[in-house]
Amino acid sequence: MKLKYKRFNFLIIFILAIASTIFFVLKALEEKIVFFYSPTEILNKDVKLNDTIRVGGLVVDNSIVYDNGGLEVFFAITDEKNSLNISYKGILPDLFREGQGIVAEGNIDTAKNIFLAQKVLAKHDENYMPPEIEKMIRN
Amino acid sequence: MLRYLHKYANPVRFLSIARPMRKAMGLLSLFIILVGLVFALFFSPPDYQQKETVRIMYIHVPAAWMSLMIYAFISFSSIVFLVWKFPLFLILAKESVTVGVIFTFSALFTGSLWGKPTWGTYWVWDARLTSFLILFFIYLGLKLIKESFSHSSKGDYAFAYLALIGGFNLPIIKFSVDWWNTLHQPASIIRTGGVSISNEMLIPLFLMATGFLFLFIYILLVSVEINLKKRKMGYSKDKIIN
Repeated sequence: MKLKYKRFNFLIIFILAIASTIFFVLKALEEKIVFFYSPTEILNKDVKLNDTIRVGGLVVDNSIVYDNGGLEVFFAITDEKNSLNISYKGILPDLFREGQGIVAEGNIDTAKNIFLAQKVLAKHDENYMPPEIEKMIRN
Repeated sequence: MLRYLHKYANPVRFLSIARPMRKAMGLLSLFIILVGLVFALFFSPPDYQQKETVRIMYIHVPAAWMSLMIYAFISFSSIVFLVWKFPLFLILAKESVTVGVIFTFSALFTGSLWGKPTWGTYWVWDARLTSFLILFFIYLGLKLIKESFSHSSKGDYAFAYLALIGGFNLPIIKFSVDWWNTLHQPASIIRTGGVSISNEMLIPLFLMATGFLFLFIYILLVSVEINLKKRKMGYSKDKIIN
């Protein structure tokens, strides 16, 4: 066999070995790699009281209530199947609004069935357009 | 393809095309980036959600594309070097590293500045951001190997194999937003269902991307020419196989 083909075959085996290793490592770590859980996943999961976790979903329309002179905010997020109530004390990101995707970090209070968020991050979607076009689409 | 590779793996022949191309690439990139910046900063509309902040995209996204593209090029050249032992491809791969480091850093830096006003944080450990940070570290590793071995062909093989292994990170970066849920939004251009960016924003985005691409080619051609000339004069720092 020519040396060139020998080197080529060696590389193919090398590449396959690395690829399968990476595949299995990522598969095993899947639970850890996801950035947040949906409300449905939280319901079906055995989450302990003091575990710091992240939940993500869309802010439910008309669910935002400010309390304590606007310092504390209550709202619900949904994944279109289940929803979860969240309470948060602090500054919200500019993109926070009804219907927006958000990710909250904190722990769940099992007794009250409410998620106590320490941090709220806003997601934005893959659509980019000028405001006028967005208005046209909405009407 | 193979015959084509053979023909231009010859440094003298390579330089004969590289020289006239170099000047054109340099001027074109300067011109396109200037036009692109004018479009990006003045003529493109604000976004419906993010308002003016969206203008960071015109640097961030092309820089990220370039980081991935340059890495793919380094990986490809390294494989060609490992199989066919064309020294020119190793020189091409090595001379691309520094530009790649700079583009990767720019993408991370502008992304962080963009993250604060939109997401509410400079950094999170989600799959996209983390895999991109790993790309930056791999680039730094390549740079380190490239600079540390001066008189051994072992360095060349260490470089080529690291470049090859790091290549597995590219699909992970690209599909991280589809495989796992992340804070980073999914792809807007190469995705099922078509482009989801309005045309007025696509024009400056593609202009900047083309400008960056030409800038990379320009810098690469200049550095390869310097490298080849140094080699010819006999005081080359890095040695490429005996």
